Amino acid sequence: MCGQCGCDEPQAAPLPRRRLELHQPLLSRNDSQAARNRDHFKRHGLRTINLLSAPGSGKTALLEQLARHWPRPPIGVIVGDLATDNDARRLQLAGARAVQIRTGDLCHLDSALVDQAFSQLDCSGIDLLVIENVGNLVCPAAFDLGEQRRIALLSVTEGEDKPLKYPALFKSADAVVINKADLAEAVGFNRRSAIANLNAIAPQAALFELSARTGEGLDALIHWLDAKPA
Amino acid sequence: MHELALLQELCALAAAAAEEQGASQIHRMELRVGELGGVNPEALRQAFAVVAATAPWQTAELQLDVVPTRCFCPHCAQAFSPLDVIYACPQCGAISRQVLEGRELELVALEVS
Repeated sequence: MCGQCGCDEPQAAPLPRRRLELHQPLLSRNDSQAARNRDHFKRHGLRTINLLSAPGSGKTALLEQLARHWPRPPIGVIVGDLATDNDARRLQLAGARAVQIRTGDLCHLDSALVDQAFSQLDCSGIDLLVIENVGNLVCPAAFDLGEQRRIALLSVTEGEDKPLKYPALFKSADAVVINKADLAEAVGFNRRSAIANLNAIAPQAALFELSARTGEGLDALIHWLDAKPA
Repeated sequence: MHELALLQELCALAAAAAEEQGASQIHRMELRVGELGGVNPEALRQAFAVVAATAPWQTAELQLDVVPTRCFCPHCAQAFSPLDVIYACPQCGAISRQVLEGRELELVALEVS
């Protein structure tokens, strides 16, 4: 038998094993789409931000404030959420042009999803586009979406040691925003320790402290977003 | 938990490369995973066990090499292996911003026939 079926042919000798050198990045498909997105955003004159945080840190609240106070409104937002379009509606009420990506069970956005969403966004007259990632401090860090800069958001209610627990995400950030500063005292937030942790884990990142609820501290972030040309 | 998504990418890359080279069987996939690649090697192995139960992956073996983090200290002009998630140079204590290795997430090679 040949080894494949019940025929009378003699068994074929197995083919010799050989090694194929590939050295291919596992995320090469995502990365090349991200490069196309980056190019696309640039041609539209957009500053593009990938905003990452845990669930409930206040990403949408921060973007509502940005939508109201950005010097050249409206801002554009692509917002990822597992199941609802609540976030997009909140942002539209605040004056943003928002497109929702419903990710289903996906734990992160990828560059192809962002590309699809971007094709639904009317970006005329917009110079700031924020991609609000899925609330998750692990998976989104690995996926380039084509953004110019990354912002990691951390709220005082999450504790000072969050950057130590999720180093990969904070190390990939161009800026870290500490949100809910108005609650710092009430929850016993150790500001000095949080800043020391951030300086140790993410020395490259600009640091902002603000309250998305009251708007306090927002100006410095707006200035940083505005300062770098698209 | 994006390991399953990564594994799908891996299988797609491997299958395409094998087909392109006229190979009909994949015996081994060699993967380099950096400590900072955002991937849990154990979760990746478990995800592979699911895939490996189906054709044409039953004969394939997954070799996972974890790449430790290496940083560069500009003051001491040398590379070092950080002791923990804070990349402090063991010589001078300065915190490094330069990661030389540890972000890899790469399909290195296949063994096929």
